[in-house]
Amino acid sequence: MMNGLQTAGTMLQFVFLLYLVSLAGYLFYLVYQKEPVHRASIYLITAGVLVHFAAIVVMGISMGGLPVHNLVQSLSMAALAFGGMFLFVQYKFQLKMLGLFAAVILSGTMLGVMVLPDTQVVPGDILKGFWFYCHILLVFTGDAALGLACGAGILYLLQEKGIKAKTPGFFFKRLPSLDFLDLVSHACIVTGFFLLTFGLITGFVYAKAIWGRFWSWDFKEVFSLGAWLVYAVLIHLRLYSGWRGRKSAIMTIIGFAIIIFTFLGVNLFLGGHHQEFTK
Amino acid sequence: MPHIILIGVNHKTAPVELREKLAFSREETLAALKTLKQHPDIKEILIFSTCNRTEMLYVSGNQRSVDDVTAFVCAQKHIHVSEFASALYVLHRDAAVRHVFRVASSLDSMMVGEPQILGQVKEAYRTAVEAGASGVLLNRMMHKAFSIAKQVRKETGIGDNAVSISYAAVELANKIFSDLSTKSVLLLGAGEMAELAVEHLMSHNVKQVLVANRTFENAVTLAEKFRGQAMGFEERESALAGVDIIISSTGATQYVITADQVKQAMKKRQYRTLFFIDIAVPRDIDPKINTLSNAYVYDIDDLKTIVASNIQQREHETVKAERLVAQAVVKFRKWLDSLAIVPTIKAINDKMTAIVEMECDKTLAHLNHLPEQDRAAIRRMTRAIASRAIHDPILFLKNTGNHRDDALYLNVTRQLFNLDISDEQ
Repeated sequence: MMNGLQTAGTMLQFVFLLYLVSLAGYLFYLVYQKEPVHRASIYLITAGVLVHFAAIVVMGISMGGLPVHNLVQSLSMAALAFGGMFLFVQYKFQLKMLGLFAAVILSGTMLGVMVLPDTQVVPGDILKGFWFYCHILLVFTGDAALGLACGAGILYLLQEKGIKAKTPGFFFKRLPSLDFLDLVSHACIVTGFFLLTFGLITGFVYAKAIWGRFWSWDFKEVFSLGAWLVYAVLIHLRLYSGWRGRKSAIMTIIGFAIIIFTFLGVNLFLGGHHQEFTK
Repeated sequence: MPHIILIGVNHKTAPVELREKLAFSREETLAALKTLKQHPDIKEILIFSTCNRTEMLYVSGNQRSVDDVTAFVCAQKHIHVSEFASALYVLHRDAAVRHVFRVASSLDSMMVGEPQILGQVKEAYRTAVEAGASGVLLNRMMHKAFSIAKQVRKETGIGDNAVSISYAAVELANKIFSDLSTKSVLLLGAGEMAELAVEHLMSHNVKQVLVANRTFENAVTLAEKFRGQAMGFEERESALAGVDIIISSTGATQYVITADQVKQAMKKRQYRTLFFIDIAVPRDIDPKINTLSNAYVYDIDDLKTIVASNIQQREHETVKAERLVAQAVVKFRKWLDSLAIVPTIKAINDKMTAIVEMECDKTLAHLNHLPEQDRAAIRRMTRAIASRAIHDPILFLKNTGNHRDDALYLNVTRQLFNLDISDEQ
């Protein structure tokens, strides 16, 4: 059993390296705009995500369940979900500079996986079952999509700032049109919101099965609902009050900040029953 | 020694009326190439004619041919030489090569960096090949020109930036909207620059063009020109809800579109993006509109600033491009020099001597029992074999004249003996 975990650990180190080289590639591409470098960077991320997936499968098999028992494992799982979601969005929209954002997030998250202490976990039966797996899968992919919405939002703000100030500069040539950035951001929001909604519902069902109640005022539950509300309001405002462009971009950043706090901050500063599997 | 000559006129030396008179159509070019090829002094020739230039590039045995070619053009175009003598430039050797490389790289264009020129140069070369007028020198020179042009485009940002007001406006529109074919344009007033901007936008297939003018008849005339729709000037406020790009160029002394009007319109249009291009002086569009969400206002000064910085950027890139061209000219000159008879014969001799020496050393190393004079005899013999073997080819190369194309034979010789591997294509 230890052997499987060690193999997975080595694979994750390799994944970290792939993401880092890809980040370097994207930085080079940002400055020099050489298309082959961009393509190589995408291939590196793709290779990284595939190896990452394999590593998590190996971990899962040797642990006999989804490897989300402590903070390091959860971070690794979040990075995988983010990488997979990025490849999907990249394939769909070909928004080149989004890769830079993705490479930064992936490298940063994997840095956490590398340096944070991998606490010993006691495998229990609580973190199993259909509803639990659905909950994890939906919440992690949903958060990943909302993260990418934030990335597209940041790119929007960079491009918008230059155009509004009438000083089209460094980013003007490198980024696509405002409309397109807004479209990608919105598509990611809707996808992420949809996944998150079902992720929360499956969470409630799972909580009912384990603790006998849907809602227990756990901090993580409260903040998750808060983040969900932010996106619900944003989608509503876009439909009925024309909240698009800059305002929408800022909201995606706020929303994603809440998600990150929900993911990390709650465990570090507050507490609650989600604590158990993200020590 | 072959002599590369280029004579021609271009947009810098000749006004459009003169360039029109001297232009060659494709058929005329083909006919002219076939005639000029017969000239005893012209070995290879290429004619390059676009709306901005007419140039003849040829390889000649001497310089007298310039007058003959000029006379030929006069006869073809029914024009007296005095009419264009002052506009004519005659470039020799490196200057001619450099000119061709600069033209192909779009450094000599009216709009430096414009991309069409390379295609036109390629077309001219194809025509010359078709007429059988291109030979070893021009083939190599034109292929070098194509590769240097590609290199310039790839390695410098020379064609990157919009350097006219109307192009800058379209470039901005393209960075605001993702798909111009779903956007509508409203033209307020009239004016050369505004109409040019509308035309550029139309080349991006905008969905619809609306034209409003204080004089309705003018609006109708302009709308016909742009295959658009005319509307009353007072309707402009309600039109704001439906259009996406507003180009304004009226003679009004006050703002024709105010911030309040846009605020109202924005609600109606669900805050979809509005882009104002204000070409009028005094301004037509209230600059405060730029502070509203999803509304962008560029006036003539803003656009001029962008164009100025683009031009500056382009000049910066031009220096880089000129350096690339200069390097290519030096390289071509080296190749050309090597095509002379004496260096070629010397290169063959050197190569044979080197082979003989190497083989002798290898063999004699195993024959240590031989006395010194025998070894010297063997060396003499091998050298004699080598020089006898290359005697006839060298004699053939020295026997110039007879109207044969020396460049062709020299090129073949150099390839047969593999004399310049370092700079082959």
